[in-house]
Amino acid sequence: MIPAEFRYLCPSTVDEAVRMLAEEGEDAKIIAGGQSLVPVLRMRLAAPTALIDIGGLTELTGVRDDGDSLFIGAMTTHYEVQRDHLIHDHALLLKLVTDTVADPQVRHRGTFGGSLCHADPAGDLLAPVLALDAVMIIAGPDGRREVPASEFFVDYFETALAPNEILIDVRVPKYTGWGAHYEKLNRVAQAWSIVAVAAAVQVRDGSIAAARVGLTNVGSGPVRATDVESALIGQPATAESISSAARWASSGDGYKDNLARVLTDRALTAAVAG
Amino acid sequence: MTATAEPEVGKARLRKEDARLITGQTRWTDNIQLTGMLHMAVLRSPVAHARIRSIDCSRATAMPGVAIVLTGEDLAAEQGSLPCAWPITEDMLAPPAPALAVDQVNFAGEAVALVIADNAYRAADALAAIDVDYDELPVVLDLAEALQDNDLVHPDLGTNKSATWVYDSADAGSGTNVEDEIASAEVVLERTFRQQRLIPSFMEPRSVVVDPSAGMFTVWSATQIPHILRWMLAAVSGISEHKIRVIAPDVGGGFGGKLQVTPEELLCLLVARRMGRPVKWTESRTESMLSAHHGRDQIQKITLSARRDGTVTGLKVELLADMGAYLRLVTPGIPILGAFMFNAIYKFAAYRFVCTNVFTNKVPTDAYRGAGRPEATFAIERMMDELAVELGRDPMELRQQNWIKHDEFPFTTVAGLTYDSGNYEAATARAMELFDYSALREEQERRRSSGDPVQMGIGISTYTEMCGLAPSRVLGALRYAAGGWESASIRMLPTGKVEVITGTSPHGQGHETVWSQIVADRLGVPFEDVEVLHGDTASSHRGMDSYGSRSLAVGGTALVHAADKVLAKARRLAAHMMECDEADVEFATGSFSVRGTSTVRSLGDVVLAAHVAHDLPEGMEPGLDADATFDPDNFSFPHGTHLCATEVDTQTGMVKIVRYVAVDDVGTVVNPLIVDGQVHGGLAQGIAQALYEEAIHDEMGTLTTATLADYLVPCAADLPGFITARTATPATSNPLGAKGVGEAGTIASTPAVVNSVLDALRHMGVRDIEMPMSPERVWTALQGGVADASTPAAGGLGSIDSQGGQP
Repeated sequence: MIPAEFRYLCPSTVDEAVRMLAEEGEDAKIIAGGQSLVPVLRMRLAAPTALIDIGGLTELTGVRDDGDSLFIGAMTTHYEVQRDHLIHDHALLLKLVTDTVADPQVRHRGTFGGSLCHADPAGDLLAPVLALDAVMIIAGPDGRREVPASEFFVDYFETALAPNEILIDVRVPKYTGWGAHYEKLNRVAQAWSIVAVAAAVQVRDGSIAAARVGLTNVGSGPVRATDVESALIGQPATAESISSAARWASSGDGYKDNLARVLTDRALTAAVAG
Repeated sequence: MTATAEPEVGKARLRKEDARLITGQTRWTDNIQLTGMLHMAVLRSPVAHARIRSIDCSRATAMPGVAIVLTGEDLAAEQGSLPCAWPITEDMLAPPAPALAVDQVNFAGEAVALVIADNAYRAADALAAIDVDYDELPVVLDLAEALQDNDLVHPDLGTNKSATWVYDSADAGSGTNVEDEIASAEVVLERTFRQQRLIPSFMEPRSVVVDPSAGMFTVWSATQIPHILRWMLAAVSGISEHKIRVIAPDVGGGFGGKLQVTPEELLCLLVARRMGRPVKWTESRTESMLSAHHGRDQIQKITLSARRDGTVTGLKVELLADMGAYLRLVTPGIPILGAFMFNAIYKFAAYRFVCTNVFTNKVPTDAYRGAGRPEATFAIERMMDELAVELGRDPMELRQQNWIKHDEFPFTTVAGLTYDSGNYEAATARAMELFDYSALREEQERRRSSGDPVQMGIGISTYTEMCGLAPSRVLGALRYAAGGWESASIRMLPTGKVEVITGTSPHGQGHETVWSQIVADRLGVPFEDVEVLHGDTASSHRGMDSYGSRSLAVGGTALVHAADKVLAKARRLAAHMMECDEADVEFATGSFSVRGTSTVRSLGDVVLAAHVAHDLPEGMEPGLDADATFDPDNFSFPHGTHLCATEVDTQTGMVKIVRYVAVDDVGTVVNPLIVDGQVHGGLAQGIAQALYEEAIHDEMGTLTTATLADYLVPCAADLPGFITARTATPATSNPLGAKGVGEAGTIASTPAVVNSVLDALRHMGVRDIEMPMSPERVWTALQGGVADASTPAAGGLGSIDSQGGQP
């Protein structure tokens, strides 16, 4: 790799990282696992003057139980997410999505928060984070603030993060006992999704009590399929009602519209099956 | 010296070179560090076609660490024109091919300036400070439009057509007139297929180091062809050939992509000469995809005539072949290598092949695994399926009706080749059995009748190919500038160890293991006692390198001949030592003995005696070394039957291969493990053409698939477990009986997959789907449409770029 020249900074606390970011100005960039940023540097699509490496901030790694929610540290690697029992028990969808991220090497280096900040609409983690009503905890010069996922993803590769802010934690409500599935269509294993659907469903007494559906790579950011969700509420957990609701995933007649409907149907069917 | 009891040939030896290759504890070109070494970075044109008004290097020259910045004008007097060694016709048009563009760029990615700096980072930084003023010209991309000559890639040539090459069986006397066959035929099928453009995607990017010290130019390069490179560098640069030493150290893959004399190799040489210091250049993956030659890219119009009973009669092939912007080393000849293979294993009465080579503003094309033969095999195997559909016949039965029977060999084909051996019946029977053909047909029928959203298809490919390139006289007749022989030497060292020197140049195939196995058997020495030297023109002075599945069939034969020479001399000396008549000397498992006695001399004893030379027969020279050069008198013709079952998800268009059987007849197998490896890798690349890979240019001529995130090379997770087996009909053209296996998998698999997908969907009204058969193309075909030829890959770095470059 032959990137443009940059200064490399290595803070030891979040506050120090925020301070460095303020000092270095807009051309500085936070580097987390580097699985998106390093290719960008390699191709000189970006030439930040400084990289602030938050890889040493152990306070940002790991998953904590906070009663009704989980806190997922932004620097938790995909590999750690895949194996975390709290995530398995209370946010199964995130585990299933993370299982499909790229390849083992990427999953060992890449981070949960890093993918969200990169905000590639083809990235896998955006849609489930949106669908699960997660909240981003952000550190900046004026302290901490919270931004719901629905406001965090702004556009292609653009989030609500200001240049002087760092995503430190993601709070995810618990979905204990919900069925989940991620239905992903990609051409080769390491390729991004053409379209993918993240679904979590709560079934009670044979009926769908609640549903969360997020679509990957159908727009400039993740898309919440709210029409599908509302069409499912109170319906029997059957193939017919799922198929009928899945039709609301998209109204167009293009290939991706078709995929949105087909994959939503499949994701929900698998989620209901458990 | 211990004798080897069990034969080495046929043994699935682990590869002796693998430990160092896998751990990287070896000599990759980019690992070479020399004192005072400079680093070269190449500025590449972002536009596909333009005149260069001016280049301002002043800012770049002033940047820290920069030694010099060079443009094409600076090198114009010394760079000459990159060689094309295959002028396929007398009137072929070839534009000058400067290594560094002088006043015009003709493809996006062409080199326009060089920065030479004290490290690779500073060299790359300074590229951005070079200002080039381009005056853009109309871009020629489409082959059919290019032939209209409205806009010209090379205005000086007056046309975009480089050459037309024709083979006609009526003119050659190898068959009847194809137009007559078509006119009188009961069935005539005409189809057009597109061979998309592919990128060879070798694992190790290209790298060059040139050291001008010690009165020599030593050139290390990640190349397949050190010997040809040395010859061509001398011819182009004017530096005497004996003052150039080329070393291909360990090389990480090539697939034809490193069968080239590259601009960067020449430029490093010229820069090293100018600066008097060593120079290194190593490309990035994207640079490789933008500038190293591409493969395939043809439009094939095929006309096949047949009788209602299924007998094929005539085959007419009309090709448009995309040369790209320049003719590189063997660019024009690649489609011609397919000319003899369209008729494949079938008995056509008449055959006509016409290929028109066309210039476009794209990266030059050249050899890529199979080189001409995959294109031919694809077309004929697709046509045989089309004929089966037309006649309502089982596609295998139709093939069987038309192929050359095992008792008809040697068989001279309508394309003028003589196939020495083969047994298509045996390979097919084995494949059908392993595949469980009839059970899968039943499963297919079940899914059809139940309207299953996941349909099943069965695809067949019965192929042959011409390998063991090549009889020199044939190459001469085809106007190729070099011969096709190969060379080997054996040096018997005084301790009994053996050095083998080969003129072939391995870049991942496992020559060191296989050559050791052959020598171990021939000389009765342990496998471990053989060291194979290759790729250095100073030690291996004579060779034609590795490509075209030639190394074993041609180079292995040279090795056998060299071993026989060693033994012949050793036998004479052994007779002298044992005081017997040479006719009474027997040789087995590394020892000479006198027939009917217990007198024995090991080869080691004889080697030592030859080396010390204290007591040699009258007139015998000391030492037991031998050289041999072998020029084959025919090609070899591997063949086989591949069967592929796919599941096609009609709701998403996704194709999944559920069973793949490859039964290949590659003649005698020296190392089954290596042969399996070649078949597996070849299948992956052929399947990739069918389903995944495509180099796409936008309307400006920019390659939009210039990263491995956008150019989809499949990995193990995307491919099925392959079922491989072999039949063995030895080649008669070499003493090993080997035919070559480097390209078989690639050649056979593409049509097997495409036939399979179409077989799954034909009853739903799908007639054809362009390669690669992406889910979107398959789905669109099912909706009755044709997907855009350049459906972009989803997501990835390509999408970053298209959104303005910033994450």
